[in-house]
Amino acid sequence: MTPDILYFDNAATSCPKPPETLRAMRRFMEAGGGSPGRSGHRLSIAAARVIFAAREALAGLFGVDDPLRIVLTKNATEALNIAAAGLLPGDHVITSGMEHNSVMRPLRALEAAGVALTVVSCSAAGELDPDDVRAAIRTETKAIFLTHASNVTGTIMPVAEVGRIARDHGILFCVDAAQTAGALPIDVGPMGIDLLAFTGHKSLFGPQGTGGLYIREGLEEGIAPLMRGGTGSRSEFEEQPAFMPDRYESGTPNTVGIAGLAAGAGFVAEKGVDAIRRREEALTEQFLAGLRDLDGVTVYGPKAASRQMPVVSFRIVGLDPAEAALKLDERFGILSRPGLHCAPAAHRTIGTAPTGTLRFSFGYFNTEAEIRTAVEAVGRLRAR
Amino acid sequence: MTPEETYGVLLFQSVSYAIKAEKILLAAGLPHKLIPVPRHISSDCGVCLRFPSGLEERILRALEGQVEIDAVHPLK
Repeated sequence: MTPDILYFDNAATSCPKPPETLRAMRRFMEAGGGSPGRSGHRLSIAAARVIFAAREALAGLFGVDDPLRIVLTKNATEALNIAAAGLLPGDHVITSGMEHNSVMRPLRALEAAGVALTVVSCSAAGELDPDDVRAAIRTETKAIFLTHASNVTGTIMPVAEVGRIARDHGILFCVDAAQTAGALPIDVGPMGIDLLAFTGHKSLFGPQGTGGLYIREGLEEGIAPLMRGGTGSRSEFEEQPAFMPDRYESGTPNTVGIAGLAAGAGFVAEKGVDAIRRREEALTEQFLAGLRDLDGVTVYGPKAASRQMPVVSFRIVGLDPAEAALKLDERFGILSRPGLHCAPAAHRTIGTAPTGTLRFSFGYFNTEAEIRTAVEAVGRLRAR
Repeated sequence: MTPEETYGVLLFQSVSYAIKAEKILLAAGLPHKLIPVPRHISSDCGVCLRFPSGLEERILRALEGQVEIDAVHPLK
C-alpha cells in the first residue's frame, strides 16, 4: 500500500492484507499451482491440501465441527444466492430493512417467482427488534435471511435472538456475515445459524474472489446447486454429486485465492477475533467521539461503537457525499465510499436515500493517528 | 516399499474426504500415502489412500465416524 493514503474503505475490501496472505499465494503459485482433486500427482494433492486447510481454518473460526460443511465460493453474493435457491414458490421468507442487495435482489427475484417476502422494518439507527421478526412469522415461513451487521451504518443485528426465534419455529436461519466474519465472534451452534454466508476479502484478509457458505448438515438435500459440472469426483456419472461440498463446487476453484484466504483466516485466528474486535471498536469510538465535537456533521446509525462494526455513515452539511469523497481523496489522500453502498433499503430505513451518505470503514491495520487525521480532515471540509 | 509388503487402498467420495483422512492418519502416526486411483479399481479420476495391509484394522478404527469411506480394496 502506498504510504500517502489513508484507507477507510475496509467495508468494501480490507487493505492492506497481512503479509501472510501474500506469501501463501506466492508460495502456492511458485510451487506449481496444481489443480485440486483433478489428478493424483503431488501438485494436485498439494492443492487439495491447501483447500482443505482453508475449510479447516474457516470452520474453526465459525464453530463448525466438520470442515466439509464449508462450501467455497467466489464471494458472499454467490453464497447467498446458493442459500436462496432453497426457497420455492409458495414459501414465505423474512428479511430486514437493512439488507445489502446481495440479499435483497435474490429475494426480490424469488418474490417475482412466487415466494412471499416480508421485509421487517428497522429503526432509523438501523436496529432490528426481534419481536418484529417473530410477529412476521406465518405457517408457511421457510427461512429468515438477516445481515449480521449493516454495511451502511455498521449496526450489529440481534442474530442470536433471531436464531432462537427461528429455531423455536423450525425456520431456517441464513446470516449474511460479509461485514462480520473475522471481525465479530461467530458460533453457528449457539447462534442458531443454519446457513452462514461470508466473504474472504474483508475481515478474513483473503484476496477478492473468495468466500463461502456454511450449510448445516442435512440441508443440502433441499438446496439445488447454482452450477453443475466437473468436481473431480464420481466422474463416471453424468449427474451432479449430492454430497458436500462437491454438490456446490463445480469447475476448477480459485486455489491461489483460497491459499490466501487460508492464510488470512489463520492470521485472524492467531490475533484472535476478540482482540481484533476490541481494537476496531476503540478506533470506531475514537472517530465517533471526534465527529461528535464537530458542528455541521450528521452521523447515522447507532453512534455507539459497542453496537456497531467499524463502519460509520455521515454527512457533512451542505456537501454532497460524492463531492466530499472526492475532496477527501484529492486533498487528504483519504479513501472512503460515498453513495448508497449497494444497499438502497438500508438508506431508505435511515432516511438517506437517494443521495446516500459518506462512509468511513476502518480495519485492524488503521491507527489512532490516522483516525485523528480523519477527524481533522472532515472538520476542514465543512462549509466555511 | 519392500517387495513382499502388501497394500490396500481406501476409496472416498471425493478428494476432500481423502485429505481429511490423511490429516487424521498423520495425527495418529499411521503410515499411508495418497495415490491416483488404479484403473482396475475404479474409473474415477481422483485419489485414494494406500496403506500397508497389516494396518487395515487400525486405520479403519481411526477414521470411524470421522470420514465416510466408499470402499476398501486390496492393491495388487
